[in-house]
Amino acid sequence: MTQEYSAGRYYPGELLREDRMPHIWCPGCGMGSILHGFLNGLHQSGLPLDKVAIVSGIGCAGRVAGYVKLDSFHTTHGRAIPFATGLKLANPELKVIVFSGDGDLVSIGGNHFIHAARRNMDLTVILVNNFTYGMTGGQFGPTTPLDARTATSRYGSYEPTFNVPNLAEASGAVYIARWTALHLRQMEQSFTEALHKKGFSLVEVISPCPTLYGRMNRQPRGLDQMKYYQQNSIIQHGADTRTVGIELNGKITVGKFIDIERPAYTDIKTRVYEKAFAPKPAAPAKTTAEASSK
Amino acid sequence: MSSRKSLSGDFFITGDVACAEGAISAGCRFFAGYPITPATEIAERMSERQPEIGGTYIQMEDEIASMNAILGASWAGVKAMTATSGPGFSLMMENLGLGVMLETPCVLVNVQRAGPSTGLPTLAGQGDMMQARWGSHGHYSIIALCPDSPQEMYQLAIKAFDLSEKYRTPVLIMADEVVGHMSEKVTIPPPEEIKTLPRRKPAVPPEKYLPYVPDADLVPPMANAGEGYHFHVTGLTHDERGYPLMTAEAQDKLIRRLVNKIDKNQDDIIMLKEDWLDDAEVVVCSYGISARIGKFAVERARAEGIKAGMLRLITAWPFPENRIRQLSKKVKAFIVPEINCGQIALEVERCSSGRASTILVPHMGGGVHQPHTIIEAIRKALK
Repeated sequence: MTQEYSAGRYYPGELLREDRMPHIWCPGCGMGSILHGFLNGLHQSGLPLDKVAIVSGIGCAGRVAGYVKLDSFHTTHGRAIPFATGLKLANPELKVIVFSGDGDLVSIGGNHFIHAARRNMDLTVILVNNFTYGMTGGQFGPTTPLDARTATSRYGSYEPTFNVPNLAEASGAVYIARWTALHLRQMEQSFTEALHKKGFSLVEVISPCPTLYGRMNRQPRGLDQMKYYQQNSIIQHGADTRTVGIELNGKITVGKFIDIERPAYTDIKTRVYEKAFAPKPAAPAKTTAEASSK
Repeated sequence: MSSRKSLSGDFFITGDVACAEGAISAGCRFFAGYPITPATEIAERMSERQPEIGGTYIQMEDEIASMNAILGASWAGVKAMTATSGPGFSLMMENLGLGVMLETPCVLVNVQRAGPSTGLPTLAGQGDMMQARWGSHGHYSIIALCPDSPQEMYQLAIKAFDLSEKYRTPVLIMADEVVGHMSEKVTIPPPEEIKTLPRRKPAVPPEKYLPYVPDADLVPPMANAGEGYHFHVTGLTHDERGYPLMTAEAQDKLIRRLVNKIDKNQDDIIMLKEDWLDDAEVVVCSYGISARIGKFAVERARAEGIKAGMLRLITAWPFPENRIRQLSKKVKAFIVPEINCGQIALEVERCSSGRASTILVPHMGGGVHQPHTIIEAIRKALK
């Protein structure tokens, strides 16, 4: 029996490994919505699926690679970006997507993140930020807001926080958007745009973790965190990324912050090589006077 | 420059350069690396040569990234290599394990210097031999080759790629600073004379392909990204579909196969160079630059009338257990010169099981053995 799906929507059998369901994510987690949004965004992008590969690191968001019916790589903690870099450069026909979490991408993988952005490597990075290390039981990380309680910051976190869009912009990303797990339609559109952007594109999605982060910070149900997003998100396209840091229970600036043009890594490399390997013009014949003067 | 697509003829080049040329002859078209003495010249050569032959050179932000980049490139279907030395080798250990677990063909060169830590960056060591065997966490088997000359740097680079494709595993070239930096004549054959092994491709259509169903030799065929297979692979313990499976049974099945595909094919993998072993009473067993000096010592001992023989380990891992066991039944002693405090000597001792004595001739690094230290050990062994 054929099923009909509304225009622009993916159907699960096309993109999800249904034989891997149920997934491992907790009730109330944002990953289900975000994956759904991503698959719709991918579907709408019109990219040929045989030429799309997805690479994840380790963590809750890192499990995405295992659920998506694409050439999919579940690598080591923090290393999705350099793995994806090799994949992309060795086969430039591929669209390579990195899907992972905040701890994976900007803590243990932080160096790879900034260097891939600096190179303007042609990758689309989807960073799910739940402010915590979920898979290991909810410890603080570089995105945990000051004062937030976690399994390793029982008295409140005292470490200053990375502002991910600002980090990405400073490093050289050409496309940066941020949404929360509540902003399904906007998220989908950003995914599609990011997939079509040449160079290093980043979509950060703020995601609820009621089981760990929420429970320790007075938002114990998924719905609590979604309500918090609903009441505190401010859509501000083109916002100065210096102003979009997130404080504990503070406002969350969302939108498309950066969409600029800058030559991608391979474009610059090709230009340099073309110049170096261009046929040299034949040297002008020496005049008799020059020849005899030697 | 385009005329240099393939080199052939006789060259006077360093081991590092020869290694890069061997990789290119093998079809390596992706190199990711990070500068580190004494392996830098491999990266330099690759940065110049890969653009000439339509390949990729990328200088990554560190050795962790370099190792990952070659894994990614290999999964895109391109033969890939990185080269490093001690500190970088340590950083590569994490994702060497990923390469083993995903069964990713690739080649990792370690031009060994003396450690630990920063140690003697410009001077020889052989202290990473056990790290090569056990450096990534968990239990696995690995292939490691030990060239003793620039010519062998060239040849073993080709061999390393062949083994990596045949057994779907990272292969290590465990060179040392002396072999990497010395210049000697290297003969590069014409391209048509160089035979290399292609990747073992799936014989089934994508809808029937399971990434980890092995052939009879325990090695599974490999689909590349972008070919329509839509496969999944993970560093987690997994089943034949490549799906994670968190059970002791899945672990047992997977790890036994990963270990056995190398250990049970030892006879095909192991390469040894044997001299004067027929009547030998004492055998110098060594590898890399130490084996060259060892062979010189054996020649001197023979001149003195001592029945000495030479066993050079071209393959260090898997360790040639059977050959050492056989020899231990008929010789009095093994002399093991190496530039460390005894690593391969431990293996020789294990395999000879007290049937023959094992005499380590250690060198702490920063240089090579004086031949007389080995000759004296040979004489002493027969007293």
